[in-house]
Order: sequence, then C-alpha cells, then structure tokens
Amino acid sequence: MTSDDLSGLKSEWAASIEGASSLAALEDIRVALLGKKGRVTELMKSLGTMLPEARKERGAALNILKDGIAALIETRQAHLAVGALQEKLAQESVDVTLSARPQSEGRIHPTTQTLEEIITIFASMGFSVAKGPDIETDYYCFEALNFPPDHPARQMQDTFFMPPKDGKPMVLRTQTSAVQIRTMETQKPPIRIIVPGRTYRCDYDQTHTPMFHQFEGLVIDETTHMGHLKGCLLDFLRSFFGIEDLPVRFRPSFFPFTEPSAEIDMGCSRKGGTLKLGNYGDWLEIGGCGMVHPNVLRNCNIDPDKYQGFAFGMGIERMAMLKYGIPDLRTFFESDMRWLKHYGFLPMDTPNPALRA
Amino acid sequence: MKFTVSWLKQHLDTTASLAEICTKLTALGLEVEGVEDYSQKLAPFIIGHVVEAVPHPNADRLRVCTVDTGTETLQIVCGASNARAGIKIVLARPGDVMPDTGQALKKGAIRGVESQGMMCAVDELGIGDAHEGIIELDAAAPVGSSFAAYAGYDDAMIEINLTPNRPDCAGVRGIARDLAAAGLGTLKPLDTTAVKGTEKSRIQIILDDPACPLFAGRLVRNIKNTESPAWLQQRLRMIGQRPISALVDITTYLTVDAARPLHVFDAKKIKGNLWIRPAQGGESFEALNGKIYTLSEGMTAIGDDTGVLSLGGIMGGSSTACDENTTDVFIEAAYFDPLRIALTGRALQLTSDARYRFERGVDPLFTLDGMEIATRLVVELCGTPETIVSEVEVAGKAPVLEKTIHLDLAKCFKHTGVDLPVTEQEQILTRLGFTVQQENGRLRVTPPSWRPDIDGSSDLIEEIIRVKGYEHLPATSLPRHEAITRPAIDTEEARLHTARRVLAMQGLMEAVTWSFMPAEIAALFGAIPDELRLVNPISSDLDVMRPSLLGNLILAAKRNVDRGAADVALFEVGPAFASAAPEGQRTIATSLRAGLSPRHWNAPTRAVDVFDAKADALAVLAALGVPTANLQITTDAPVWYHPGRSGVLRLGPHPLAFFGALHPQIIDACGASGPMVGCEIFPEAIPVARNAGSAKPLLVLDALQPVTRDFAFLVEGSVTAAKLVKAVKDAEKSLIRAVTVFDVYEGEKVEKGKKSVALSVTLQPTQKTLTDAEIDAIAAKITDSVAKATGGQLRG
Repeated sequence: MTSDDLSGLKSEWAASIEGASSLAALEDIRVALLGKKGRVTELMKSLGTMLPEARKERGAALNILKDGIAALIETRQAHLAVGALQEKLAQESVDVTLSARPQSEGRIHPTTQTLEEIITIFASMGFSVAKGPDIETDYYCFEALNFPPDHPARQMQDTFFMPPKDGKPMVLRTQTSAVQIRTMETQKPPIRIIVPGRTYRCDYDQTHTPMFHQFEGLVIDETTHMGHLKGCLLDFLRSFFGIEDLPVRFRPSFFPFTEPSAEIDMGCSRKGGTLKLGNYGDWLEIGGCGMVHPNVLRNCNIDPDKYQGFAFGMGIERMAMLKYGIPDLRTFFESDMRWLKHYGFLPMDTPNPALRA
Repeated sequence: MKFTVSWLKQHLDTTASLAEICTKLTALGLEVEGVEDYSQKLAPFIIGHVVEAVPHPNADRLRVCTVDTGTETLQIVCGASNARAGIKIVLARPGDVMPDTGQALKKGAIRGVESQGMMCAVDELGIGDAHEGIIELDAAAPVGSSFAAYAGYDDAMIEINLTPNRPDCAGVRGIARDLAAAGLGTLKPLDTTAVKGTEKSRIQIILDDPACPLFAGRLVRNIKNTESPAWLQQRLRMIGQRPISALVDITTYLTVDAARPLHVFDAKKIKGNLWIRPAQGGESFEALNGKIYTLSEGMTAIGDDTGVLSLGGIMGGSSTACDENTTDVFIEAAYFDPLRIALTGRALQLTSDARYRFERGVDPLFTLDGMEIATRLVVELCGTPETIVSEVEVAGKAPVLEKTIHLDLAKCFKHTGVDLPVTEQEQILTRLGFTVQQENGRLRVTPPSWRPDIDGSSDLIEEIIRVKGYEHLPATSLPRHEAITRPAIDTEEARLHTARRVLAMQGLMEAVTWSFMPAEIAALFGAIPDELRLVNPISSDLDVMRPSLLGNLILAAKRNVDRGAADVALFEVGPAFASAAPEGQRTIATSLRAGLSPRHWNAPTRAVDVFDAKADALAVLAALGVPTANLQITTDAPVWYHPGRSGVLRLGPHPLAFFGALHPQIIDACGASGPMVGCEIFPEAIPVARNAGSAKPLLVLDALQPVTRDFAFLVEGSVTAAKLVKAVKDAEKSLIRAVTVFDVYEGEKVEKGKKSVALSVTLQPTQKTLTDAEIDAIAAKITDSVAKATGGQLRG
C-alpha cells in the first residue's frame, strides 16, 4: 500500500467523520477507526511484518494518519457537543412568567419605626431612654407633677381611672411625664432622657383614640434654659422631617408641671387643602413644652435654686402621620393587614440618619 | 371665652386691627380659637324701604315688591308673609355673598317675574336661627346705609381657648389688661363709683360657711325688670348667650366683662333672711336650669326660712328667680372657695359660667366693686322714679393672701437666655398690675389679687417673657458634653427592638392593639383581678387591662379574615398586666398566625401549625443570644394552648416562651375560627450574657472534613425527638457535632404504637481523619446509647 493509498483512506474517513450527525455515531466511527480492532489499529499491526527500513517510513506515515484522524474526531466531537447541549437546554425551558415561590412579607408598624427614628436623633444628642408603668399612681401622674387635687387643670386630660390600690388612687397614665418623676427620684442631675410609651385618655373620635403613644423629653442640669429648649426642638424637628429651614414657633400656654410653658408650632402650608411642612408662613401645633416647674423639682428632692431644665412632649402617631402622610389616627390600631403592608416598614429599614435616602 | 372687639375696646384704648389683636392674643398665650367677623360678613347688606308690594301675577304666596335703596329702585320677588309696603328691610343685591350659603346672590326670575335682589331673614345673614319672615327694621332706619353699622354688627366675635391658670382672663377686662401690657393699647380706667344706699336692707345675711369668706347683698326696690337695651342684647347674642331679662343679663354681662359672677334674687320671694352654710346633706332645690339637685354634706347652700334656695357660686334656684314681674331685687356678690366649688360642681355634674370662674379663682378684692357696677346697671336699666337702693350688707371679708415674691435680677436671663434690662422686666410686671420694688439686687414683687396663679419667681419669669414675646427666645443647640459611649436604650429595650425586627423578618406584620380588652375574653387567659378593671372604660368591650396580647390579636385576625384575608400573620410587642403594680406589667412579644399558606403552583397549601409558632419563637430567642440548642422543651403550656400541640421553651427553670396551636375553645370564644397558632416570648426572662465588650469569641475552623452517617431507629411512639437526639449526642460528646431528625414515620411498615425516626449524625474529627473502624465503633456506641435511653433499635 502506498502513501497515496493512505491519503485516499484519510479523505474517505474524514468525510465520514464530518458526516457523523450525533455524538453516538461519531463514537461508532472512532471505534471503527481507532478502536482495538479499528482500521487504523489494523494498519499499525501490519508494521510488524515489514522490513526495518520500510517500517520506519511506513510507521511515520501511519502515525501522521492516526493523529490526523484523532484531531478530526475531537473537532467534530466538540461541535456536536455544543449542539447537543443547546438541544438539551431547549428542552429544559419553563414558563418564566409563572410566579416565584411565595415569601411571607413582614412589616414594622409605623409607630415603632417613627419611635426608633426619634430615639436615634435624640441618642445623637446624648439622651437615653427611660421607661415607666402604664398604670400609675395618681401621685406620679398628677400630684408630683404639680396638679393640685381637684384643680380644673386635671380636667384638661380625660383620665381613665383604675380602682385604688393599697389605698392609693390609680389611673392609666395620661402622659409619659409621670416617668420624669420616677427618673428624677432615682437619678441625680445632669439628666437627659426621653420617655416613649403608651398613654391613655378617655376620648374616642376622628382625631382621638383612647390609647396612643407619646414621647417625653427631660433635661436637667445647672445651665439649660428655655433657649436651649427651643434650639433642641428646632434641631430635632428639622432632623426628623429632613427639612433644613423648618421654622419652629413657641406660643405661651399652661401645663402645671412647666413654668414658663409653651405650645410648639412648626411651619406649614395648607394651600389647596393639603398640608405641607416647611417655611410657608402658616403654623401647625405639634406638642407642648416648658421649663420644669420648681415644685416638680422639689417633689423629687432636687434643689430648684441650683438645678433647672426643660421638658417637652409630643404624640408619636401624630409625628408618623405628618412624616408619612397617614391620614387617619384610628387606623393605627385596627391591625388591618392591608394597612400594615402599605404603611409599614420592611424589617431591614432600621433608622440610620447616616443612610437616610 | 368669647367676647367682641367693641366690648374689648370698652376697656382698651387701641387702634389695632382685628388681625393684630388676634395675633397678639395668641402670642400672649390667649390662643385664638375662632373669629367671627360680622362687620366683614355683613358688609354688603344695606337698609332698604319697601315702597310697594303687589301680588305676584303667577303665584298666590309671592309678592312683587318695589324697594328703594336710597340710590335706585329695585324690583324684588319675595315669599315671606311679612313682606309688605312701608317696612324697612335688610337688602341683598346681586353679587352679594350670602353668609348662610357662602354663594353670591344671582339676579333671577321667579315664576316669570324678574327679581333684582333679596330681602333677608335672620338665618340668611348668619346672625341667628330664626326664619320667621324677613327682618323688619325700625321705621327710623336710614335707607341706603349699612345694616351692620345700624344694627351694631360692625363688630367681630373672638373666641379664645383659656388655659385654667388664667381666671382673670375669663373676663374681657383681664384680656384688655394683658393686651395693654404687651403694648397693644392703653387700659382704660374702670368706673367703680359706689351707688349710695338710702335705706337698710330688709333682708339680712347670716354667713356661716368657711368656704364662703365674703358675702355681700343689696336690696333694690321698686324697679321694672324689662328687656335689656339693644346694645346689651346684641353683645350677649354675639357671644352666643341668650338675653333673658335686664336683671339676669346684667349678671351675665358682669360675669363676662369682669369675670365677676353675681346672682339676683327676686327679693319678694325670699322669706326672712338669707343664710349661707354648708349643706347637711339631703336638702334639695330646683335650679334655674329646671333640674332638681340634692345636696351632699358640705356643699355651700344659700337659703331662707323655707329652705335651700340656691347653690352658692354655681347656680341659683327657680323659686327666687327674677322674672318680668320682679319689682324688688336682692343682688348677691360673694367669694367662694375654688376647691369647694370644683368638688360640688363635679359631684352634681353641674356646669355654669359662675362655676367656671369661681373654681379657677375670681378676684376676691373686686367683689364689692362688682356689686357697685351691678347696682348702677340695675338702676340704669330697670330704675323707676320710686327706686330705692339699700346700703350694701357685707358679711365676712375678702380673703387676702398677700404674697411677696423675690426675683433675682439675673434669673430671667439664666432661665430664658433672653437678656432683658431690669427696667423692662419691672415695666412689664407693673403693667400687668404687679407691685414691684427693686431691693438688694433683686425685685420684690407682689402679684395683684386677680392673679391667684402667680406663686413663685418662675411664674414671674413666664409673665415677663410671655409679654415680651416668645419670639425673642434664642434657639440655642444643646451643648454636647462628651463622647457618647453607651447606647441610648437599655438591654431590655434593645431586646424588644430585635424581637420586632426578627418577627417582621419571619413574615409577620406588626400590630399595635389596645392595652385594654373585653373582660369576658380576658378571663380566658386567667382570672382578672379587680385592680385591672377600668372604672370608666371608653366602652364596655374595652373594660379590663389585658393579661395577654393573644386575645386582641385573635380578634384582629378575625377582622382580617372577615375582610377576606386567607392567611393572617400578626405580631405585637407590648405590655400585658398581671397586677396594677409596676412589676405586674411585663412586655411580651406575641405572634399569631391563622389560615392557610398562599396557594401556589409549585408549593402545596397547608394550614398553619405548631411548628410555625415554634419557628417564630426560636428565631427571636436565637437573635436575642439564647443558645437555642440548650433549650429544654416541656409540654406544660398554659390552658389557652392546645394541650397536645404546644410547648414551653425553657433555659433552666425559666420559661422563655410559650408556643403552640391555640385552644379551639379560645378561638371559638373570640368568634373566630381555626386553626390559629401563636407564641408568647418573654424577652426580660432571658438571662443577661456575662461577657461584656463588643469582641466576638475567636473563630476556630476545623481542618479535617466532617463525616455524616444516617441512622433509623424504631422507638416507642411516646419517645420524643429531643430524648432520642440527646441519647445520640451522649454517645460520643467530643466528636458528634450535630444530630438532625430528617424523617419520622408511623404507619403500616412499622409495628403499631411504634415509630421510625431517621437521624443524620455529623462527626467532626479534630486530631486525625477517622478510619472506617473508628466510625463503626462510634456507630455502635450510638446504637447502644439509644437502646439504653429509649429502648429503640436500629431499623433493619
């Protein structure tokens, strides 16, 4: 057999490799050519019967033939593999418009979120959080806060009364201010606390619920004056609402536990029936405040000639309504899943002033 | 407190506009709540004269009137029965905005006849409710001029929200004084000239009540009680009071004008003398409001020989009421103890303008001045040539509490940050009626008798800064003392924060429900002590403080289901109450799941079960740092849980959480339907971790591969998974790192009463790779340990 014969064979085999239409057919061809009993293998075996000179020449030619065939098969195999994968993937396709597996969606209540935002801002001013019980003695809720017994000032708040306990009249706290007393009884100045919590008033209509949340601030030291109160609230409200030029106005008012006392107003606009916070000339009441009454300090054994400071209080739901555009106070307490999903916050939305969008 | 601008100007000489007055009132702490500007509202309307009125050609009830406006003649169709020729009327012309509708009047045709305006009724002008025909003015009313000016409506009503500390401003004069002090005008002098008495009063006063330190009376005889003059009626109407008769209106007038309540008795109806003494209890009388009141012991009663006539300082009685036949009047001006008035008024649930002022504290030194002004008005309005005024009978004396307050000159600045010259501080106090003297670097101040609210130097600072204006307060940021090294919230509060976020991540919605709940549902969660029952609940179904949060969450879930929700997942972190003591309140993180998982093409729908609740509880406890692998689970959850499908998670003896399916009877009692599952987590029960600091323990990574082997044991049905897992772990504590139950089978293929539990055991070699022989040896130990502890056998 001459080398021409070999090249003829190679052309023939190359054609059949190129013609293989599947990986299986290609494998058959590989076995038929390069397998133990394959044609190329048979040709290699025939070398044994040849003379050394001829064998050398013939061997080199056969090796070239064998490598050439192997390369062709490999190329064809790679080509067929791509096609086979494509076909497999085509068969694996699904309807991707089907819904994903259900994930339950939890939410944080706007009251909680708002409260945490408030705490975060005051924490940066060096305040810490204090707490007290919801069921209070008349002493902590009124008397120690300079509400004289049977004074008309007590009728400013519609109080829920509880049966007397150990001879002491009991109420549901109408304000978180009760915690001022509890704190000052156990902690000496300087004091900077905020007190969030549930408060209760016997009133239920479109704008009042029998329970709501308040937060209270208290600062007692030797130098804090009413200008600091204004500055502190201005800083807080601007930070909370994210409005750089939000104006704050104080109006004289009366609370038994502060003197002087003030109502806190923020700037707003009511044009076109929509409320918008900012420096627009109109005013919206947001809370009450004042310098702590000397009688209150005395009731806690703090010398009012040495120590002074301020207190303020605001409604948490009201802050949430203003910031997040929630129209109805009563809905905060209805536990309607649709409302909670809409107005609630994702669990990872923890307040962080550094990250606020 | 309502008053009008013209009334204010009777006491205040000012050129300030209505807007300026209102702004200043609010700035002084006399918050303006409402303004009714009649002069503006009624500005368009003029007086017209009906020259002619003829029947309407097409309608029996209508008339076609010719009205002279002074400058033109209008044709007006009118349906009022009193529309007739010759009368003077109030005229609205096309384009005028009607106060009752807020709409501009349009020219129109009524039944084919053109009408060029409208003749107004009282209600159409917004000055009253009457709609009985059109307003008929006096024949002398000037045609073409302003109705408001003619009728005394060129005025505005202002309503202020009076804080309880300012009884002086329950009178117009007090308000005028505040405005004058703030620079809005000058306070006019008040004429309190005495009216000379010419006889002794027939009626004597017998005063015997410490709650009435001063009682003055005076008899005015031979008078005629008529209607009040127009100016007085007008003022009372504009502040929403109904004129009754001159004598009664005078008392109302002085109550509003000077915060000086008075009472007038028809003297002829008084039998004998008047006594004032504390009621013994049980006496009753009919008050001027027509209701009968029975007095309790100690209430200040005023009476005569026949018994109780009047309730001192609150309301007079019907039996001695003045009416159109009254000819002799006995005027009472007295001072009553504020506390007594407050207690009496509250006990009888009786409110009045007199009580409002006495319980806040009226000016005791003005009592006799009030008597003189009232006498003058009685003589002026009801006097006849035969009128005889008695001398004033005075019993007791005005309680004078002479207070002296020292104000350190630097204190105002120290407390407000506003540096006001001392002279200005003095001036403000003086204008408010305080007596001020400077001595030894401080001010010596005596408050006026009408300011019972002034007690100490902080009150004086408020007066000074209030009148100066709060806008002068600087806005000074709080100084920051030092680095903040501690968190603002304590451990317990931090745990609540985490619990909320974790439960939300578990897919639950945070709810905030009332701290109260219906007593009958609360009782399902244990006996409610009486001290947790509200005395005055807002409604009968919110009458006790809740012992558990679950009841309210079940009710909330039911509401959601009723609205069509298929699955409900709620949680609340809030208080529950075991007693009224502070330690009886604990904060519980509570979850509630109800209904089915959502239907989905690739996930089977299933009802919520106990393991959902357990997962919620464990997720929270794990996030709170509890080593959950060390938790013991007992099956003694409270009665509101399903007895066979609930548990308690404990660390040592302390329960950290309950979880389980809720008892069907509880769900049923709430009117809901099951299944529902929930958990109650007690964050404060978790022991505080001992290690302080923020560093975490060093991470040690195992260098060798872990080995996993599966086992299936056949055990008695009563053997718990926890017991089996513990038996496996105990077999080789140093190498067994994890044991997981991955299958539980009870059924045909195992013996009845037994179950097959399949476990996956992870071995973590630490020194060298385990040989097959070593692994087999451990497997044998595991099998032995399980057999010993549970009787379980390897399943063949």
